[in-house]
Amino acid sequence: MPTYTMRVFRGDPGGGEFKDYRVESEEGMVILDVIHRLQATQAPDLACRWNCKAGKCGSCSAEINGKPRLMCMTRMNLFGEGETISVAPIRTFPIIRDLVTDVSYNYEKAKQIPPLRLRPPDPDGKYRMMQEDVDRPQEFHKCIECFLCQDVCHVIRDHEDHKPKFSGPRFFIKIAGLDMHPLDTVDRTSFVNTHAGVGLCNITKCCTEVCPEHIHITDNGIIPMKERMADNFDPIVWLVRKFRGGKKKTPA
Amino acid sequence: MATAEYETHEHDVIVIGAGGAGLRAAIEAAAQGVSVGLVCKSLLGKAHTVMAEGGIAAALGNVWPEDNWQVHFRDTMRGGKMLNNWRMAQLHAQEAPERVLELERWGALFDRTKDGLISQRDFGGHRYARLAHVGDRTGLEMIRTLQYHGIHQAIDVYMECKVERLMKDGDRVSGAFGYWRNTGKFVLFKAKAVVIATGGVGKAWKITSNSWEYTGDGQSLAMWAGADLIDMEFVQFHPTGMVWPPSVRGILVTESVRGDGGTLKNKSGEQFMFNYITDYFKGETADNIEEAERWYADKKNNRRTPNLLPRDEVARAINSEVKAGRGSPHGGVFLDIASRRPAEYIRKRLPSMYHQFKELADVDITKEPMEVGPTCHYIMGGVRVDADTAAATVPGLFAAGEAAGGMHGSNRLGGNSLSDLLVFGRRAGLHAALYAKNLGGRLSVDAGQLELVVRETLEPFSRTTGENPYGIQAELQDTMQDLVGIIRTESELIEALKRIEGLKARARKVGVGGGRIYNPGWHTALDLKSLLTVAECCAKAALDRKESRGGHTRDDHPYTDDTWGTINVVLSQAGDGGVALRHEPLPKMPDELKALFQERK
Repeated sequence: MPTYTMRVFRGDPGGGEFKDYRVESEEGMVILDVIHRLQATQAPDLACRWNCKAGKCGSCSAEINGKPRLMCMTRMNLFGEGETISVAPIRTFPIIRDLVTDVSYNYEKAKQIPPLRLRPPDPDGKYRMMQEDVDRPQEFHKCIECFLCQDVCHVIRDHEDHKPKFSGPRFFIKIAGLDMHPLDTVDRTSFVNTHAGVGLCNITKCCTEVCPEHIHITDNGIIPMKERMADNFDPIVWLVRKFRGGKKKTPA
Repeated sequence: MATAEYETHEHDVIVIGAGGAGLRAAIEAAAQGVSVGLVCKSLLGKAHTVMAEGGIAAALGNVWPEDNWQVHFRDTMRGGKMLNNWRMAQLHAQEAPERVLELERWGALFDRTKDGLISQRDFGGHRYARLAHVGDRTGLEMIRTLQYHGIHQAIDVYMECKVERLMKDGDRVSGAFGYWRNTGKFVLFKAKAVVIATGGVGKAWKITSNSWEYTGDGQSLAMWAGADLIDMEFVQFHPTGMVWPPSVRGILVTESVRGDGGTLKNKSGEQFMFNYITDYFKGETADNIEEAERWYADKKNNRRTPNLLPRDEVARAINSEVKAGRGSPHGGVFLDIASRRPAEYIRKRLPSMYHQFKELADVDITKEPMEVGPTCHYIMGGVRVDADTAAATVPGLFAAGEAAGGMHGSNRLGGNSLSDLLVFGRRAGLHAALYAKNLGGRLSVDAGQLELVVRETLEPFSRTTGENPYGIQAELQDTMQDLVGIIRTESELIEALKRIEGLKARARKVGVGGGRIYNPGWHTALDLKSLLTVAECCAKAALDRKESRGGHTRDDHPYTDDTWGTINVVLSQAGDGGVALRHEPLPKMPDELKALFQERK
């Protein structure tokens, strides 16, 4: 069995340090298995979050060798035998202990988003939507809320002061998903500009790169949203739309 | 010794657990205008509902207009080998379609039919394509929809909070007491009504699809508070879990693989399920490959493929094939969709399975078969409830979802869990709110009860040289896996109970190091109490039931027995702190429903 040196961050808001552990790994193991083995044998109080262990719940986010990843989907055979692997908590959010951070920022941002308001159903009481019309928002519904995109986003990773006025990529695609819902009637334009702060995003695509669900956050979510914002501020586009009529939406 | 310092929150209704059932209960209670608190062990949106893959069973009739609640009811009862609480099965089948449409109104985007309606897929034991779904990530869609609908209702959410004990005022439930995982500090929730929606017990087995959370908290809390549990012997081993590599053993492989055309094969390539069609399902199951193939497109003139027999039947069949030496290299069997459906179709219908096998097992399921074997998945038993109100046998206590028993009888059909969560989550929330509204006066919490829990909870810290909790948990998992698994026998069950008794004694002396802030060692130590309680309940009921039925197979009593078919095994807390067992007759089904079982084949 190959043995690895796991350099794991141990600490709390008062400070902390990386600690080295020697751990054996069996065929097929992922980082999370190794962390569990550490808990069971060497460090019972090592704090980490996890649930599904299959990349579906988004609980076990961490920075592995500096890269934001899910611990349950990072195979040990990615690393050379004897290599030292560092595991740190996601940096953008305040640490609670070891690998666990306070992600309440995300839950607060989620609450601010104007929810869906559906148009009335068809005369027979049913709602009809075509598959090709739900394909686009369905991509955003794949989000497992691991918050890796939030972690890697420069706007809040490096600028704590941006947090109050910036929702972050996870919630840009949440908003995009609502806007693209075929039955939705809410206009979130002013919310996106004033509260979500999409203007702060400078499209470096870091969020897209780390998304474990391979959602095209930037191309399919943020850029169209920025374009819509631009459209709405362009008086000519506004006039054309007014003249032709468009999808009727009422402000949130 | 720390004094009992704690914060207090007061609500009319406290819901424990924030998966599908808990969220739906909280939403309904809030809609009734009462004050609601929702308590969950993990972050919101991470409960095991998120893992549900295949779909929500509801007779919408969008794909097969012939489908209706009576057919769904019949399938459910037969799947449960008629041990289900008939009234729960009826309410479930009747109300599931409206609950699904309600999710759609709250923003869920299910896959569509050509007419733009909610599409439905085939699943084991269901006569018609019935499961509303989103690829193979239906649970994610469901929990996200409920979560985002819920956060705009008047619900206070208490995340990463573990309830250790229910509080009582006389006979009535008056609250819940626990600790914050983030700080280790204590918290009291005063409430007129408590809804248990904590899910299952699967962490008691070694090979399991369940996460760390499923330690039987709700079943134990209810029993310690005086409530009855029923059907605890019936555990569902999902036939298809991953078997290789070892680190992923037990992770679920959705039944949708078979629903969408996948077949099970042994090492010789034989579709062995044709050899395991029991008399009970003979009438509705294809006995030759040609008919089974025709069935996917024409359900009226053909019988269902045996690959989609109910889960208990398929799990036993796989178990037998492996035991007979006809299994795959790593002790499972082959599940093949690669040779049967186009790669494009597989990636579209089963994206997360494709991803899961590719990333974790280096297997491309569009090119090669998967290796699968049974994994502990679900417990049919749980808190005994009134079918209409979800009320437990203790005033003020309600239960819904996997934590409640009765709905699924001795075996649950795939897809019937998500619908169960919605139907009975809503009912539990509604009736908890009505109960709280009607309850005059104020309830009190006894300081003595509370002090006792505080002392017990902190004790592990004082035993720094005590045994490691992870070791005890692992031994319990081995015990349940080896002795209370798919196939059971008297001597092994007696041995299991003996070992559980020993583990209970050792768990009382467990020690932990470190502090109270987010300490998984401490949390594991505390969860042992409920985990051992439900393990004992399961083994005890399994020893008692001397027949084989659904998720309970006895090697020494291999046949289904009609007398046992009219009996629920009921468990409760005995005076000495042990588990008392008694038999109660199953509720009698009315004649008009009985008639549904005589009509066909």
